[in-house]
Amino acid sequence: MDILVYLEKRGNNLRTAGFEAVTAARKLADVSGGKLIALLAGSNLEGFTADAEKYGADQILLAEDQALEGYTPDGHRAAIVAAMEKTSAKLVLMAATALGRDLAPTVAANLNAALLPDCISIEVIEGRLTVTRPVYAGRAIMTLATNSWPAVVSLRPKAFTAVVRDGGKAEIAKLDVQTDIKTKLIETRFEAGGKLDVTEADIIVAGGRGMKSNENFKLIEDISSLLNGAVGASRPVVDSEWRPHSEQIGQTGKVVGPTLYFAVGISGAIQHLAGMRSSKVVVAINKDPDAPIFKSADYGIVGDAMEVLPALIEALK
Amino acid sequence: MNIAVLVKLVPDTEASIKIGSDHKYINTSDVNFVLNPYDEYAVEEALLQKTKHGGEVTVISLGGDEAVKSLRTSLAMGADVAIHVKNPGGLDMFGIAKNLANVLKDKGYDLIFAGKQAVDDDCSAIGSMVAELMGIPHVSTVTKLNVEDSKLTAEREFEGGFEVYELPLPALITAQKGLNEPRYASLKGIMMAKKKQIEEIEGEAIPAVTEVLDLNYPPIRPPGKIVGEGAEAVPELVRLLKEEAKVL
Repeated sequence: MDILVYLEKRGNNLRTAGFEAVTAARKLADVSGGKLIALLAGSNLEGFTADAEKYGADQILLAEDQALEGYTPDGHRAAIVAAMEKTSAKLVLMAATALGRDLAPTVAANLNAALLPDCISIEVIEGRLTVTRPVYAGRAIMTLATNSWPAVVSLRPKAFTAVVRDGGKAEIAKLDVQTDIKTKLIETRFEAGGKLDVTEADIIVAGGRGMKSNENFKLIEDISSLLNGAVGASRPVVDSEWRPHSEQIGQTGKVVGPTLYFAVGISGAIQHLAGMRSSKVVVAINKDPDAPIFKSADYGIVGDAMEVLPALIEALK
Repeated sequence: MNIAVLVKLVPDTEASIKIGSDHKYINTSDVNFVLNPYDEYAVEEALLQKTKHGGEVTVISLGGDEAVKSLRTSLAMGADVAIHVKNPGGLDMFGIAKNLANVLKDKGYDLIFAGKQAVDDDCSAIGSMVAELMGIPHVSTVTKLNVEDSKLTAEREFEGGFEVYELPLPALITAQKGLNEPRYASLKGIMMAKKKQIEEIEGEAIPAVTEVLDLNYPPIRPPGKIVGEGAEAVPELVRLLKEEAKVL
Protein backbone atom coordinates (compact mmCIF):
# COMPACT_ATOMS: atom_id res chain seq x y z
CA MET A 1 0.00 0.00 0.00
CA ASP A 2 1.44 3.33 -1.07
CA ILE A 3 1.20 6.05 1.55
CA LEU A 4 1.26 9.82 1.20
CA VAL A 5 2.58 11.84 4.15
CA TYR A 6 1.93 15.56 4.26
CA LEU A 7 4.77 17.47 5.91
CA GLU A 8 3.95 20.72 7.68
CA LYS A 9 6.23 23.65 6.97
CA ARG A 10 6.16 26.59 9.36
CA GLY A 11 8.34 29.49 8.36
CA ASN A 12 11.76 27.98 7.77
CA ASN A 13 11.12 24.74 9.58
CA LEU A 14 9.40 21.44 9.05
CA ARG A 15 7.52 20.30 12.13
CA THR A 16 8.96 17.30 13.95
CA ALA A 17 5.45 15.88 14.24
CA GLY A 18 5.53 15.44 10.45
CA PHE A 19 8.64 13.23 10.74
CA GLU A 20 6.82 11.19 13.39
CA ALA A 21 4.15 10.57 10.75
CA VAL A 22 6.85 9.62 8.21
CA THR A 23 8.28 7.05 10.64
CA ALA A 24 4.81 5.60 11.31
CA ALA A 25 4.14 5.48 7.55
CA ARG A 26 7.51 3.84 6.90
CA LYS A 27 6.55 0.95 9.17
CA LEU A 28 3.18 0.51 7.43
CA ALA A 29 4.79 0.75 3.99
CA ASP A 30 7.43 -1.84 4.92
CA VAL A 31 4.81 -4.29 6.23
CA SER A 32 2.59 -3.90 3.17
CA GLY A 33 5.42 -3.56 0.64
CA GLY A 34 4.35 -0.08 -0.44
CA LYS A 35 6.00 3.18 -1.31
CA LEU A 36 6.25 6.17 1.01
CA ILE A 37 5.62 9.48 -0.69
CA ALA A 38 6.22 12.73 1.19
CA LEU A 39 4.49 15.94 0.14
CA LEU A 40 5.74 19.46 0.73
CA ALA A 41 3.74 22.53 -0.26
CA GLY A 42 4.92 26.15 -0.28
CA SER A 43 7.93 28.03 -1.57
CA ASN A 44 11.69 27.33 -1.38
CA LEU A 45 11.07 23.69 -0.67
CA GLU A 46 14.23 22.13 -2.04
CA GLY A 47 16.20 22.73 1.14
CA PHE A 48 13.86 20.43 3.05
CA THR A 49 14.09 17.31 0.91
CA ALA A 50 17.10 15.93 2.81
CA ASP A 51 15.01 15.85 6.00
CA ALA A 52 12.14 13.94 4.40
CA GLU A 53 14.66 11.52 2.87
CA LYS A 54 16.41 11.02 6.19
CA TYR A 55 13.24 9.70 7.82
CA GLY A 56 12.55 7.23 5.05
CA ALA A 57 10.58 8.77 2.17
CA ASP A 58 10.92 6.91 -1.19
CA GLN A 59 9.58 9.80 -3.18
CA ILE A 60 9.22 13.48 -2.39
CA LEU A 61 6.66 15.63 -4.16
CA LEU A 62 7.30 19.35 -4.15
CA ALA A 63 4.24 21.53 -4.67
CA GLU A 64 6.43 24.58 -5.20
CA ASP A 65 4.09 27.53 -5.50
CA GLN A 66 4.12 30.94 -3.83
CA ALA A 67 0.33 30.66 -3.48
CA LEU A 68 0.86 27.63 -1.24
CA GLU A 69 3.35 29.34 1.09
CA GLY A 70 1.65 29.40 4.51
CA TYR A 71 -1.31 27.22 5.29
CA THR A 72 -4.68 27.64 3.67
CA PRO A 73 -7.25 24.83 3.95
CA ASP A 74 -8.30 25.05 0.29
CA GLY A 75 -4.75 25.49 -1.04
CA HIS A 76 -3.19 22.61 0.86
CA ARG A 77 -6.23 20.39 0.34
CA ALA A 78 -5.73 20.94 -3.41
CA ALA A 79 -2.06 19.93 -3.07
CA ILE A 80 -2.96 16.65 -1.36
CA VAL A 81 -5.73 15.88 -3.84
CA ALA A 82 -3.30 16.53 -6.73
CA ALA A 83 -0.74 14.24 -5.08
CA MET A 84 -3.34 11.49 -4.69
CA GLU A 85 -4.21 11.79 -8.37
CA LYS A 86 -0.58 11.66 -9.44
CA THR A 87 0.37 8.67 -7.28
CA SER A 88 -1.27 5.40 -6.35
CA ALA A 89 -1.36 6.29 -2.64
CA LYS A 90 -4.43 5.01 -0.81
CA LEU A 91 -3.64 6.39 2.61
CA VAL A 92 -2.88 9.98 3.64
CA LEU A 93 -1.06 10.58 6.91
CA MET A 94 -0.32 13.84 8.66
CA ALA A 95 0.31 15.13 12.17
CA ALA A 96 -2.74 16.16 14.19
CA THR A 97 -1.37 19.63 14.84
CA ALA A 98 -3.57 22.75 14.70
CA LEU A 99 -3.04 22.51 10.94
CA GLY A 100 -3.59 18.77 10.60
CA ARG A 101 -6.74 18.83 12.69
CA ASP A 102 -8.17 21.18 10.06
CA LEU A 103 -6.60 19.78 6.89
CA ALA A 104 -7.34 16.07 7.48
CA PRO A 105 -11.14 16.45 7.65
CA THR A 106 -11.07 18.93 4.75
CA VAL A 107 -9.20 16.40 2.59
CA ALA A 108 -11.41 13.51 3.73
CA ALA A 109 -14.57 15.41 2.81
CA ASN A 110 -13.14 16.31 -0.59
CA LEU A 111 -12.01 12.77 -1.42
CA ASN A 112 -15.11 11.16 0.11
CA ALA A 113 -12.60 9.27 2.25
CA ALA A 114 -12.67 7.59 5.64
CA LEU A 115 -11.34 9.92 8.36
CA LEU A 116 -9.49 8.61 11.42
CA PRO A 117 -8.34 11.67 13.36
CA ASP A 118 -5.86 12.23 16.20
CA CYS A 119 -4.63 8.64 16.48
CA ILE A 120 -2.07 7.26 18.93
CA SER A 121 -1.50 3.94 17.16
CA ILE A 122 -1.95 2.73 13.59
CA GLU A 123 -1.75 -0.77 12.11
CA VAL A 124 -3.12 -2.77 9.25
CA ILE A 125 -4.80 -5.84 10.73
CA GLU A 126 -6.18 -8.40 8.27
CA GLY A 127 -6.33 -5.79 5.54
CA ARG A 128 -8.17 -3.31 7.76
CA LEU A 129 -6.65 -0.05 8.79
CA THR A 130 -6.98 -0.08 12.58
CA VAL A 131 -6.19 2.85 14.87
CA THR A 132 -6.62 3.81 18.48
CA ARG A 133 -7.57 7.32 19.49
CA PRO A 134 -8.28 9.00 22.81
CA VAL A 135 -11.88 10.20 23.25
CA TYR A 136 -13.60 12.01 26.13
CA ALA A 137 -10.36 13.96 26.59
CA GLY A 138 -8.37 10.77 27.12
CA ARG A 139 -10.76 9.23 29.63
CA ALA A 140 -11.46 6.45 27.12
CA ILE A 141 -9.59 4.94 24.18
CA MET A 142 -11.46 4.04 21.00
CA THR A 143 -10.33 1.44 18.51
CA LEU A 144 -11.53 2.46 15.08
CA ALA A 145 -11.15 0.56 11.79
CA THR A 146 -11.87 0.98 8.11
CA ASN A 147 -11.41 -0.94 4.91
CA SER A 148 -12.67 1.88 2.80
CA TRP A 149 -10.03 3.59 0.64
CA PRO A 150 -8.73 6.19 0.39
CA ALA A 151 -8.40 6.90 4.10
CA VAL A 152 -7.09 10.00 5.86
CA VAL A 153 -5.39 9.64 9.23
CA SER A 154 -3.93 12.27 11.53
CA LEU A 155 -1.48 11.24 14.24
CA ARG A 156 -1.26 12.89 17.62
CA PRO A 157 2.08 14.69 18.02
CA LYS A 158 4.50 12.89 20.38
CA ALA A 159 2.49 9.65 20.33
CA PHE A 160 5.00 8.38 17.76
CA THR A 161 8.79 8.79 17.66
CA ALA A 162 10.59 10.08 14.58
CA VAL A 163 13.40 7.66 13.69
CA VAL A 164 16.17 8.44 11.21
CA ARG A 165 16.73 5.77 8.57
CA ASP A 166 20.19 5.46 7.13
CA GLY A 167 21.00 5.06 3.47
CA GLY A 168 17.61 5.94 2.05
CA LYS A 169 17.40 7.71 -1.29
CA ALA A 170 14.31 9.53 -2.42
CA GLU A 171 13.26 10.43 -5.92
CA ILE A 172 12.24 14.07 -6.08
CA ALA A 173 9.44 15.27 -8.36
CA LYS A 174 7.55 18.50 -8.88
CA LEU A 175 3.83 18.56 -8.32
CA ASP A 176 1.63 21.01 -10.18
CA VAL A 177 -1.37 22.16 -8.19
CA GLN A 178 -4.31 24.08 -9.60
CA THR A 179 -5.17 26.48 -6.83
CA ASP A 180 -8.29 28.54 -6.33
CA ILE A 181 -7.71 29.85 -2.84
CA LYS A 182 -10.61 31.66 -1.22
CA THR A 183 -9.16 31.68 2.32
CA LYS A 184 -6.51 34.31 1.73
CA LEU A 185 -3.74 34.23 4.33
CA ILE A 186 -3.11 37.91 5.04
CA GLU A 187 -0.85 37.71 8.08
CA THR A 188 1.30 35.22 9.99
CA ARG A 189 2.80 36.16 13.34
CA PHE A 190 5.28 33.97 15.16
CA GLU A 191 5.47 34.29 18.92
CA ALA A 192 8.49 36.29 20.07
CA GLY A 193 11.73 34.40 20.58
CA GLY A 194 10.42 31.30 18.82
CA LYS A 195 8.65 30.23 22.00
CA LEU A 196 8.34 26.46 22.27
CA ASP A 197 4.74 25.27 22.22
CA VAL A 198 3.57 22.95 25.00
CA THR A 199 2.54 20.31 22.45
CA GLU A 200 6.12 20.17 21.15
CA ALA A 201 8.08 20.41 24.40
CA ASP A 202 9.86 17.45 25.98
CA ILE A 203 9.61 19.10 29.36
CA ILE A 204 6.68 21.19 30.59
CA VAL A 205 6.60 23.18 33.80
CA ALA A 206 2.96 23.99 34.47
CA GLY A 207 1.62 26.26 37.19
CA GLY A 208 -1.80 26.56 38.76
CA ARG A 209 -3.62 28.68 41.26
CA GLY A 210 -1.11 27.64 43.92
CA MET A 211 1.34 30.04 42.27
CA LYS A 212 -0.78 32.78 43.90
CA SER A 213 0.05 35.52 41.39
CA ASN A 214 1.03 36.32 37.87
CA GLU A 215 4.46 37.59 39.08
CA ASN A 216 5.31 34.27 40.74
CA PHE A 217 5.25 32.58 37.33
CA LYS A 218 8.77 34.00 36.95
CA LEU A 219 9.86 30.95 38.99
CA ILE A 220 8.06 28.62 36.56
CA GLU A 221 9.63 30.42 33.61
CA ASP A 222 13.11 30.12 35.16
CA ILE A 223 12.82 26.37 35.64
CA SER A 224 11.36 25.96 32.19
CA SER A 225 14.23 27.83 30.57
CA LEU A 226 16.86 25.94 32.62
CA LEU A 227 15.38 22.71 31.24
CA ASN A 228 14.71 24.02 27.70
CA GLY A 229 11.06 23.32 28.32
CA ALA A 230 7.78 25.15 27.88
CA VAL A 231 5.53 26.88 30.41
CA GLY A 232 2.08 25.38 30.91
CA ALA A 233 -0.91 26.63 32.85
CA SER A 234 -4.11 25.34 34.38
CA ARG A 235 -7.47 26.71 33.39
CA PRO A 236 -8.06 28.97 36.45
CA VAL A 237 -4.72 30.65 35.79
CA VAL A 238 -5.67 31.32 32.15
CA ASP A 239 -9.15 32.48 33.12
CA SER A 240 -7.54 34.95 35.57
CA GLU A 241 -5.41 36.15 32.63
CA TRP A 242 -2.14 35.39 34.39
CA ARG A 243 -1.12 33.32 31.38
CA PRO A 244 -2.23 33.13 27.70
CA HIS A 245 -4.68 30.48 26.50
CA SER A 246 -1.95 29.05 24.25
CA GLU A 247 -0.37 27.65 27.44
CA GLN A 248 -3.53 26.10 28.86
CA ILE A 249 -3.35 22.35 29.36
CA GLY A 250 -6.50 20.30 29.76
CA GLN A 251 -9.83 19.53 28.22
CA THR A 252 -10.48 23.06 26.97
CA GLY A 253 -6.81 23.69 26.32
CA LYS A 254 -4.07 21.57 24.83
CA VAL A 255 -3.42 17.89 25.22
CA VAL A 256 0.26 17.23 25.82
CA GLY A 257 2.55 14.23 26.13
CA PRO A 258 6.01 15.39 27.26
CA THR A 259 8.73 13.22 28.75
CA LEU A 260 8.59 15.19 32.00
CA TYR A 261 5.68 17.21 33.35
CA PHE A 262 5.85 19.40 36.44
CA ALA A 263 2.46 20.26 37.94
CA VAL A 264 3.09 23.07 40.40
CA GLY A 265 0.26 24.37 42.56
CA ILE A 266 -2.21 22.47 40.37
CA SER A 267 -4.81 20.52 42.33
CA GLY A 268 -5.52 18.09 39.49
CA ALA A 269 -9.09 18.67 38.32
CA ILE A 270 -10.34 15.91 36.03
CA GLN A 271 -10.24 18.32 33.05
CA HIS A 272 -6.57 19.12 33.70
CA LEU A 273 -5.61 15.47 34.12
CA ALA A 274 -7.24 14.80 30.75
CA GLY A 275 -4.72 17.09 29.11
CA MET A 276 -1.53 15.69 30.61
CA ARG A 277 -2.19 12.06 31.44
CA SER A 278 -0.01 10.75 28.61
CA SER A 279 3.09 12.49 30.04
CA LYS A 280 5.85 9.96 30.67
CA VAL A 281 6.94 11.18 34.10
CA VAL A 282 4.85 13.52 36.25
CA VAL A 283 6.14 15.53 39.21
CA ALA A 284 3.57 17.20 41.46
CA ILE A 285 4.39 20.02 43.85
CA ASN A 286 1.45 21.03 46.00
CA LYS A 287 0.99 22.16 49.58
CA ASP A 288 -2.21 20.11 49.98
CA PRO A 289 -1.20 16.46 50.60
CA ASP A 290 -4.72 15.38 49.58
CA ALA A 291 -4.62 17.13 46.18
CA PRO A 292 -5.81 14.67 43.49
CA ILE A 293 -2.76 15.52 41.35
CA PHE A 294 -0.60 13.31 43.63
CA LYS A 295 -2.59 10.27 42.46
CA SER A 296 -1.53 10.99 38.89
CA ALA A 297 2.08 11.84 39.71
CA ASP A 298 5.17 9.61 39.75
CA TYR A 299 6.94 11.86 42.25
CA GLY A 300 5.43 14.32 44.65
CA ILE A 301 6.66 17.02 46.99
CA VAL A 302 4.23 18.31 49.58
CA GLY A 303 5.09 21.95 50.06
CA ASP A 304 4.55 25.57 49.13
CA ALA A 305 5.64 26.26 45.55
CA MET A 306 7.29 29.53 46.69
CA GLU A 307 9.69 27.52 48.87
CA VAL A 308 10.17 24.48 46.68
CA LEU A 309 10.73 26.23 43.33
CA PRO A 310 13.69 28.44 44.39
CA ALA A 311 15.38 25.32 45.79
CA LEU A 312 14.67 23.48 42.56
CA ILE A 313 16.16 26.34 40.52
CA GLU A 314 19.37 26.18 42.63
CA ALA A 315 19.55 22.40 42.24
CA LEU A 316 19.13 22.53 38.47
CA LYS A 317 21.66 25.31 37.85
CA MET B 1 -27.40 38.41 8.00
CA ASN B 2 -28.60 34.82 7.89
CA ILE B 3 -26.57 32.83 10.44
CA ALA B 4 -26.55 29.12 11.31
CA VAL B 5 -24.84 27.38 14.24
CA LEU B 6 -24.13 23.65 14.47
CA VAL B 7 -24.47 22.41 18.04
CA LYS B 8 -24.10 19.10 19.85
CA LEU B 9 -25.07 17.70 23.24
CA VAL B 10 -22.11 16.14 25.08
CA PRO B 11 -21.33 14.79 28.57
CA ASP B 12 -20.46 17.51 31.07
CA THR B 13 -16.65 17.85 31.29
CA GLU B 14 -16.94 16.92 35.00
CA ALA B 15 -18.64 13.62 34.13
CA SER B 16 -16.90 10.41 35.05
CA ILE B 17 -16.89 8.27 31.93
CA LYS B 18 -18.03 4.65 32.29
CA ILE B 19 -17.61 2.28 29.39
CA GLY B 20 -20.84 0.55 28.34
CA SER B 21 -21.20 -3.24 28.45
CA ASP B 22 -20.98 -3.43 24.64
CA HIS B 23 -17.54 -1.75 24.74
CA LYS B 24 -18.62 0.50 21.87
CA TYR B 25 -20.31 3.37 23.65
CA ILE B 26 -20.23 4.92 27.10
CA ASN B 27 -22.83 4.12 29.73
CA THR B 28 -24.97 7.26 29.68
CA SER B 29 -26.92 6.68 32.90
CA ASP B 30 -25.90 9.17 35.62
CA VAL B 31 -24.18 11.36 33.03
CA ASN B 32 -25.23 15.00 32.84
CA PHE B 33 -25.38 16.16 29.23
CA VAL B 34 -24.78 19.78 28.28
CA LEU B 35 -24.29 21.97 25.23
CA ASN B 36 -20.73 21.32 23.99
CA PRO B 37 -18.53 24.05 25.59
CA TYR B 38 -17.03 25.13 22.24
CA ASP B 39 -20.54 25.39 20.77
CA GLU B 40 -21.31 27.99 23.45
CA TYR B 41 -18.65 30.20 21.86
CA ALA B 42 -20.19 29.49 18.45
CA VAL B 43 -23.72 30.43 19.58
CA GLU B 44 -22.42 33.53 21.36
CA GLU B 45 -20.54 34.68 18.27
CA ALA B 46 -23.62 34.15 16.10
CA LEU B 47 -25.64 36.30 18.52
CA LEU B 48 -22.96 39.02 18.56
CA GLN B 49 -22.87 39.09 14.75
CA LYS B 50 -26.67 39.26 14.64
CA THR B 51 -26.57 42.28 16.98
CA LYS B 52 -24.10 43.96 14.61
CA HIS B 53 -25.58 43.03 11.27
CA GLY B 54 -29.19 42.12 11.98
CA GLY B 55 -30.81 38.94 10.70
CA GLU B 56 -31.64 35.63 12.26
CA VAL B 57 -29.76 32.87 14.10
CA THR B 58 -30.72 29.25 13.41
CA VAL B 59 -29.28 26.47 15.55
CA ILE B 60 -29.05 22.98 14.12
CA SER B 61 -28.30 19.74 15.93
CA LEU B 62 -28.08 16.20 14.61
CA GLY B 63 -28.81 13.52 17.14
CA GLY B 64 -31.43 11.45 18.92
CA ASP B 65 -34.26 13.03 20.94
CA GLU B 66 -31.72 14.18 23.55
CA ALA B 67 -30.25 16.63 20.99
CA VAL B 68 -33.25 18.86 21.65
CA LYS B 69 -31.65 19.87 24.96
CA SER B 70 -28.72 21.49 23.15
CA LEU B 71 -31.19 23.36 20.93
CA ARG B 72 -33.21 24.59 23.92
CA THR B 73 -30.02 25.82 25.60
CA SER B 74 -29.09 27.71 22.43
CA LEU B 75 -32.59 29.17 22.08
CA ALA B 76 -32.41 30.28 25.71
CA MET B 77 -29.18 32.12 24.93
CA GLY B 78 -31.04 33.99 22.20
CA ALA B 79 -31.12 31.94 18.98
CA ASP B 80 -34.27 32.50 16.89
CA VAL B 81 -34.89 29.20 15.13
CA ALA B 82 -33.97 25.58 15.92
CA ILE B 83 -33.75 22.55 13.64
CA HIS B 84 -33.41 19.01 14.92
CA VAL B 85 -31.95 16.62 12.35
CA LYS B 86 -33.07 13.23 13.59
CA ASN B 87 -30.26 10.73 13.63
CA PRO B 88 -31.18 7.71 11.50
CA GLY B 89 -28.47 5.73 13.35
CA GLY B 90 -25.23 4.20 12.11
CA LEU B 91 -23.71 7.47 10.90
CA ASP B 92 -19.98 8.05 11.13
CA MET B 93 -18.31 11.45 10.87
CA PHE B 94 -18.68 11.63 7.11
CA GLY B 95 -22.38 10.72 7.33
CA ILE B 96 -22.97 13.35 10.00
CA ALA B 97 -21.15 16.04 8.01
CA LYS B 98 -23.01 15.06 4.82
CA ASN B 99 -26.39 15.27 6.58
CA LEU B 100 -25.59 18.67 8.05
CA ALA B 101 -24.29 19.96 4.72
CA ASN B 102 -27.52 18.80 3.04
CA VAL B 103 -29.65 20.65 5.58
CA LEU B 104 -27.57 23.83 5.30
CA LYS B 105 -27.11 23.78 1.54
CA ASP B 106 -30.20 25.48 0.18
CA LYS B 107 -31.00 27.77 3.07
CA GLY B 108 -28.76 30.62 1.99
CA TYR B 109 -26.84 31.17 5.22
CA ASP B 110 -24.19 33.87 4.98
CA LEU B 111 -22.29 32.63 7.98
CA ILE B 112 -22.13 29.22 9.65
CA PHE B 113 -20.58 28.60 13.05
CA ALA B 114 -19.59 25.40 14.84
CA GLY B 115 -17.52 24.63 17.92
CA LYS B 116 -13.89 23.72 17.12
CA GLN B 117 -14.48 20.24 18.50
CA ALA B 118 -17.03 18.27 20.48
CA VAL B 119 -15.61 17.24 23.83
CA ASP B 120 -16.97 13.68 23.52
CA ASP B 121 -15.35 12.14 20.43
CA ASP B 122 -12.77 14.95 20.17
CA CYS B 123 -12.68 14.67 16.37
CA SER B 124 -12.37 18.38 15.42
CA ALA B 125 -13.74 17.31 12.06
CA ILE B 126 -17.35 18.23 11.43
CA GLY B 127 -16.93 21.98 10.81
CA SER B 128 -14.15 21.60 8.24
CA MET B 129 -15.94 18.67 6.56
CA VAL B 130 -19.27 20.49 6.30
CA ALA B 131 -17.62 23.54 4.72
CA GLU B 132 -15.75 21.41 2.22
CA LEU B 133 -18.87 19.41 1.33
CA MET B 134 -20.77 22.67 0.80
CA GLY B 135 -17.94 24.12 -1.27
CA ILE B 136 -17.58 27.20 0.94
CA PRO B 137 -14.37 28.49 2.57
CA HIS B 138 -13.73 28.02 6.27
CA VAL B 139 -11.32 28.84 9.07
CA SER B 140 -11.18 26.58 12.12
CA THR B 141 -10.30 27.25 15.80
CA VAL B 142 -10.87 30.97 15.45
CA THR B 143 -10.05 33.31 18.34
CA LYS B 144 -10.80 36.66 16.66
CA LEU B 145 -13.40 37.46 14.06
CA ASN B 146 -14.46 40.55 12.15
CA VAL B 147 -17.38 40.26 9.75
CA GLU B 148 -18.19 42.86 7.11
CA ASP B 149 -20.92 42.82 4.47
CA SER B 150 -19.46 40.34 2.07
CA LYS B 151 -16.23 39.18 3.69
CA LEU B 152 -14.67 38.36 7.03
CA THR B 153 -11.26 38.27 8.66
CA ALA B 154 -10.52 35.49 11.13
CA GLU B 155 -7.52 34.84 13.31
CA ARG B 156 -6.51 31.39 14.44
CA GLU B 157 -3.73 30.11 16.63
CA PHE B 158 -1.19 27.47 15.71
CA GLU B 159 1.69 26.05 17.75
CA GLY B 160 3.98 29.05 18.16
CA GLY B 161 2.02 31.71 16.34
CA PHE B 162 -1.12 33.15 14.80
CA GLU B 163 -2.45 33.38 11.27
CA VAL B 164 -5.06 35.77 9.91
CA TYR B 165 -7.29 34.99 6.95
CA GLU B 166 -9.61 36.99 4.78
CA LEU B 167 -12.42 35.15 3.05
CA PRO B 168 -15.63 35.89 1.20
CA LEU B 169 -19.07 35.04 2.55
CA PRO B 170 -20.71 32.60 2.76
CA ALA B 171 -18.14 30.99 5.04
CA LEU B 172 -17.89 28.63 7.98
CA ILE B 173 -16.03 29.40 11.21
CA THR B 174 -15.27 27.02 14.08
CA ALA B 175 -15.01 28.69 17.47
CA GLN B 176 -12.11 28.34 19.90
CA LYS B 177 -12.00 29.49 23.51
CA GLY B 178 -11.05 33.17 23.56
CA LEU B 179 -13.36 34.18 20.70
CA ASN B 180 -15.83 35.70 23.17
CA GLU B 181 -17.35 35.21 26.61
CA PRO B 182 -20.56 33.17 26.24
CA ARG B 183 -23.58 34.71 27.96
CA TYR B 184 -25.73 32.92 30.50
CA ALA B 185 -29.32 32.36 29.46
CA SER B 186 -31.73 34.73 31.22
CA LEU B 187 -34.77 33.36 33.01
CA LYS B 188 -36.92 35.01 30.36
CA GLY B 189 -34.81 33.36 27.66
CA ILE B 190 -35.22 29.96 29.28
CA MET B 191 -39.00 30.40 29.53
CA MET B 192 -39.24 31.51 25.90
CA ALA B 193 -37.03 28.66 24.71
CA LYS B 194 -39.40 26.15 26.26
CA LYS B 195 -42.27 27.41 24.14
CA LYS B 196 -40.45 27.61 20.82
CA GLN B 197 -41.27 25.13 18.06
CA ILE B 198 -38.37 23.00 16.95
CA GLU B 199 -38.39 22.02 13.30
CA GLU B 200 -37.71 18.34 12.71
CA ILE B 201 -35.93 16.92 9.69
CA GLU B 202 -35.39 13.20 9.15
CA GLY B 203 -31.68 12.51 8.71
CA GLU B 204 -30.55 10.43 5.75
CA ALA B 205 -29.06 7.01 6.45
CA ILE B 206 -25.55 7.00 5.00
CA PRO B 207 -23.52 3.79 5.39
CA ALA B 208 -20.53 4.27 7.71
CA VAL B 209 -17.04 3.73 6.30
CA THR B 210 -15.41 3.54 9.74
CA GLU B 211 -16.36 1.10 12.48
CA VAL B 212 -15.81 1.35 16.23
CA LEU B 213 -14.25 -1.98 17.26
CA ASP B 214 -13.76 -1.22 20.91
CA LEU B 215 -14.03 1.43 23.61
CA ASN B 216 -11.99 0.96 26.73
CA TYR B 217 -10.33 2.73 29.65
CA PRO B 218 -6.82 4.11 29.21
CA PRO B 219 -4.01 2.26 30.99
CA ILE B 220 -3.88 3.09 34.70
CA ARG B 221 -0.80 4.96 35.91
CA PRO B 222 1.03 3.02 38.61
CA PRO B 223 0.90 4.84 41.95
CA GLY B 224 3.70 7.32 42.49
CA LYS B 225 5.60 8.24 45.62
CA ILE B 226 5.80 11.29 47.84
CA VAL B 227 9.47 12.20 47.87
CA GLY B 228 9.21 14.45 50.90
CA GLU B 229 8.08 17.81 52.23
CA GLY B 230 9.16 21.31 51.30
CA ALA B 231 12.46 22.54 49.88
CA GLU B 232 14.38 19.80 51.73
CA ALA B 233 12.93 17.18 49.38
CA VAL B 234 14.33 18.87 46.26
CA PRO B 235 17.78 17.18 46.12
CA GLU B 236 16.18 13.76 46.40
CA LEU B 237 13.63 14.65 43.69
CA VAL B 238 16.40 15.76 41.33
CA ARG B 239 18.36 12.56 42.06
CA LEU B 240 15.30 10.39 41.31
CA LEU B 241 14.59 12.25 38.07
CA LYS B 242 18.21 11.75 37.00
CA GLU B 243 18.92 8.24 38.21
CA GLU B 244 15.60 6.43 38.45
CA ALA B 245 13.35 8.08 35.86
CA LYS B 246 16.35 9.15 33.71
CA VAL B 247 14.53 12.18 32.37
CA LEU B 248 17.00 14.90 33.38
